[in-house]
Amino acid sequence: MMGRLGRWAAIAGSAMAVLMLAGCGERPQVIEYKQGKYQGKPDQAPYAAAPFNGDKAMWERDIKNRTQNQNEYRRIGS
Amino acid sequence: MARMKFLCDAERCIECNGCVTACKQENEIPWGVNRRRVVTINDGVPGERSISVACMHCSDAPCMAVCPVDCFYRSEEGVVLHDKDLCIGCGYCFYACPFGAPQFPQAGAFGVRGKMDKCTFCAGGPEKDNSEAEFKKYGRNRLAEGKLPACAEMCATKALLAGDGDTIAEIYRQRVTVRGKGSDVWGWGTAYGRPDAPKQPGAAPAAPGAKS
Repeated sequence: MMGRLGRWAAIAGSAMAVLMLAGCGERPQVIEYKQGKYQGKPDQAPYAAAPFNGDKAMWERDIKNRTQNQNEYRRIGS
Repeated sequence: MARMKFLCDAERCIECNGCVTACKQENEIPWGVNRRRVVTINDGVPGERSISVACMHCSDAPCMAVCPVDCFYRSEEGVVLHDKDLCIGCGYCFYACPFGAPQFPQAGAFGVRGKMDKCTFCAGGPEKDNSEAEFKKYGRNRLAEGKLPACAEMCATKALLAGDGDTIAEIYRQRVTVRGKGSDVWGWGTAYGRPDAPKQPGAAPAAPGAKS
């Protein structure tokens, strides 16, 4: 009887220790600022994802065409 | 690719607010936040003009300089963006911006300033391109779809031009040459001018007739 109780106490004790140790795994919440340097997450290049999949030249061509669409002298003709 | 810029042709702007509506609709901007707005210059005076104003993505952006948590960055294309996870909503950028671009959504019942929101040149922010998180925080990433900002593409009179600075300056130059007037570009000098450049009488400005 006492042996079973002792085993349960040992299990509960080790579970408690694991739970208490979980607190030690917390990441630091305060950001270390480096003056004058961007501190945030890195951003992707606009051509990195689909539909361009890293093809910078294709993206630039598309943007250039869209920009020229604003020029009615070219779009419609003068 | 040079760098992305906005240019508003005051001779063409008819104050329709189409750009404002396009921006609101495209990015699902909350009530009380206006990333873009139309401003009338010399209101009521003969010869008054209207221009569409938003973040101009300045060459030497003052918002970047004053941000105490350094949450601003400039993309490869010259678009000034910020990380909303870092922004503390202090409002310094609003005081520094010559265009009044930074906006602060009212967060909570007591009018506490939320995280800053501004025009992203429809380029999203530092989240995975075209992800839900990016859309919720920053709006749509049209640049990653190979498109230009919705405001400029929606502009009926093409008063608002967006895109590569050299290309839009060339489009504008051609317009001015054809119509023979209205070479002033409001805000161009402030946003993209070089303050260190020596001021000589008759020196060529950054764009045709650039006005600060």
